[in-house]
Amino acid sequence: MQSTNKDWYLASFEAFEKSLNGEMKSSFHGIRKEAIGRFAELGFPTTKNEEWKYTDVSPLTRLRFQPVLQYAGEGVSKKDIERFRLGIQDSHVLVCVNGHFSRELSAIGKIPAGVRLGGLAEEIRSGNQLVEQYLARKAKYENDSFTALSTAFLMDGIFVRVPDGVVVDRPIHVIFISQNQDTEVVVHPRTLVVAGKSSQAAFVESHVSLSSRPYFTNVVTEIVLGENAVVEYDKVQMDSTSAFHISTTHVYQERNSNFASNAITFGGLFVRNNITAVLDGEGSEATLNGLYLATGEQLVDNHTTIDHAKPHCPSHELYKGILAGKSRGVFNGKIFVRKEAQKTDAKQTNKNLVLSDEASIDTKPQLEIFADDVKCTHGATIGQLDDEALFYLRSRGVGLEKARDILIYAFASDVVDKIKVAEMRETLQAMLHDRLEQSRAFNKN
Amino acid sequence: MSTETNTIEQLANKEYKYGFVTDVEQETIPKGLNEDVVRLISDKKGEPEWMLEWRLKAFRHWSSLERAQAEPRWANIKYGPIDYQNLRYYSAPKNRPKLNSLDEVDPEVRRTFEKLGIPLEEQKLLAGVAVDAVFDSVSVATTFKEKLRELGIIFCSFSEAVKEHPDLVRRYLGSVVPYTDNFFATLNSAVFSDGSFAYIPKGVRCPMELSTYFRINARETGQFERTLIIADEGAHVSYLEGCTAPMRDENQLHAAVVELVALDNATIKYSTIQNWYPGDKEGKGGIYNFVTKRGKCQGKNSKITWTQVETGAAITWKYPGCILQGDNSVGEFYSVAVTNNYQQADTGTKMIHLGKNTKSTVVSKGISAGHGQNSYRGLIKIQKNATGARNFSQCDSLLIGDKCGAHTFPYMEVKNSTAKIEHEASTSKIGEDQIFYCKQRGLSTEDAVNMIVNGFCKEVFRELPMEFAVEAQKLLSISLEGSVG
Repeated sequence: MQSTNKDWYLASFEAFEKSLNGEMKSSFHGIRKEAIGRFAELGFPTTKNEEWKYTDVSPLTRLRFQPVLQYAGEGVSKKDIERFRLGIQDSHVLVCVNGHFSRELSAIGKIPAGVRLGGLAEEIRSGNQLVEQYLARKAKYENDSFTALSTAFLMDGIFVRVPDGVVVDRPIHVIFISQNQDTEVVVHPRTLVVAGKSSQAAFVESHVSLSSRPYFTNVVTEIVLGENAVVEYDKVQMDSTSAFHISTTHVYQERNSNFASNAITFGGLFVRNNITAVLDGEGSEATLNGLYLATGEQLVDNHTTIDHAKPHCPSHELYKGILAGKSRGVFNGKIFVRKEAQKTDAKQTNKNLVLSDEASIDTKPQLEIFADDVKCTHGATIGQLDDEALFYLRSRGVGLEKARDILIYAFASDVVDKIKVAEMRETLQAMLHDRLEQSRAFNKN
Repeated sequence: MSTETNTIEQLANKEYKYGFVTDVEQETIPKGLNEDVVRLISDKKGEPEWMLEWRLKAFRHWSSLERAQAEPRWANIKYGPIDYQNLRYYSAPKNRPKLNSLDEVDPEVRRTFEKLGIPLEEQKLLAGVAVDAVFDSVSVATTFKEKLRELGIIFCSFSEAVKEHPDLVRRYLGSVVPYTDNFFATLNSAVFSDGSFAYIPKGVRCPMELSTYFRINARETGQFERTLIIADEGAHVSYLEGCTAPMRDENQLHAAVVELVALDNATIKYSTIQNWYPGDKEGKGGIYNFVTKRGKCQGKNSKITWTQVETGAAITWKYPGCILQGDNSVGEFYSVAVTNNYQQADTGTKMIHLGKNTKSTVVSKGISAGHGQNSYRGLIKIQKNATGARNFSQCDSLLIGDKCGAHTFPYMEVKNSTAKIEHEASTSKIGEDQIFYCKQRGLSTEDAVNMIVNGFCKEVFRELPMEFAVEAQKLLSISLEGSVG
């Protein structure tokens, strides 16, 4: 039975095109058309595709999601936004409801001159030079069905421009809210961040929902770092447990730039995170960290790629997973070292804690090295809580459950502690506690 | 550095030591593959009906695979299309009388073996090695058979086993690598020429290392050996396999299948030195080595150890694996793979944990030099019922020169929460400070490199039987000569 609903997406593209009216003539629409053409050729990946070997997308492709063509922020109040601020009191808040930027709900504070924070749609309409230059250029859609789909349906999202030499001292918090009461919807929000030379900024991207109906978020983020730029990009995914979430992040780094990301995955039923960092300038550095905590029927798949294209670049990667209930975890970490990327120092670690018999994990670290003067290591472990550590704690009067919590918490806090936005770090630590309780409750049932 | 480069280059330019063609009249069949060829092979070998049936089943399956273009393409290797109809599927030295002693062996053939240093002569026999020499598909002579027979050990060529021990062959053939396993294993099942068969009865510890040498001789002949080793309850056997092939321009296809079966408390140790012709310095010629090797730890407390030293072949595609079915069974894999010039290797192992408290260890050392591309591809799979499974994997790569590549593709699939899996990989080059240190103490650059490389591979060489360990070290230094500059 072939019911991948590819045609459904092709048909909804036609409807989408009609809704665009005059905008169809814009230069960007050509890219949309190219992308949908590419999607028509690619279709949805199967498990025969090495990139999707462990993740079957059929639960996602079976459903018929409706695209959201118009902004409708009525169901969301300022109060809701307060709840989603992750404890960060002092931040620039940018809100997207069902993939559409909402100026009313956003709260942008005082920003240095030249910085642009706002919706992507208006930037596309006004013909922003940077948008022309970078949008859909860094996130290649030629070989990726979901990026192609996202590019085809690209309407709105977030645009951030930090000019040369400017430091944005408060974190920029992007909140993606899903709000669908009546239908299953699909949203394709896009974020474009252009950080100029010697600029500095910290981002938090969070995904939340106000409804329990299934929805599909297909988010693509493109980040460009100029020379000496420093960017931290943290992603906290707290979608509802019936949500489908595919996120693709492409980072492009120039000379001596520094990029760090922390991807925290708590929510979603079906989650796939792709992150690619291209170190395309000497001396640039990338740090990719991740934590995934899955329980129930969740599937969390993390694919990371670090592409060392130029010499003298260090990269660090630490991904940790905790799998309880009937959850499934997948990790694939690729490190490419190109021919000219001598003196590369790449380190990758993936550690997994399997807490229940029903849970499973497939991990595949991968090194592809074409240069000789390099230091590359990767390590992967899969295991349980250390019996001796448990015994030690219990011998000191800590109950079994508490002792387990302490150890799991310690395992996870490795990643959480690396987050630089202090207020959020505390919120996440608290959330981690809650999540652990939930997973324990699930195990008991 | 330039003078060093020169000396090393000279060493590198050494010709392939084993490149010569033996002039023996060959009995061959026309090129191509069809049902008649399969029947002809079977007929020439005087096989019983059931064997022919099995071959035909495999052939039909292979034809459907070929039509569907199901030749595996996922490996990290590049080669042109193989024209399977342009190969000869059978070749044997002509006029094969039954041989009772070595004197009866064709002197030309014997000289070939002598040049290769195969211990077929009397003095080598005294060294305690029983050799079943496969010379282009047909077993030429089998030694030490008598002595082994006293212990009830069966060690003979595969075709002989088909005739004389049909029960054992029928019971175990295809039980580890079914004829539907993969494209090349299927091809092998249809047209396999010969190979070795060993059966170690209950409680017997094989008193000597069993050994076979494979050699491709006739032009454009794919060699398709099939080896089956069965260790009955409590038995213990160590098996050595070594390969050298003469220099050829056309790429030759080698698609072998090895099946090991270990019953309760049995131990099988399988060591390979693979030194097929790797092609010349421009990457012309060389053997395509597409091999399926798998062992099944069927019984409790059984153990299978694979040790391999892969220095030859233009392309190596090989994943000796263990199915750890019996409780407490152990699988081990030790490998050194060297790629120099334009060699490509995609090799590794599969450890499938099914039984309780099963353990596996993987140590893989890859060395890439010249334009060589070396990939480690390993699968560790812990099934749901494999409680208490344990795995440790380590794969290290050494890069020599800036045109080569080293890649690792480890897969870990875990479905049981009690499993403990550790995987480590590192990639590095020989440090200039290390070389400097050695040279300061009066060693030449190539000696220093040899020493460092040997140290790098020590964990694997330690697992090899004595005589192989020596040969392995020699081979390694020959294959790597000229790669440092």
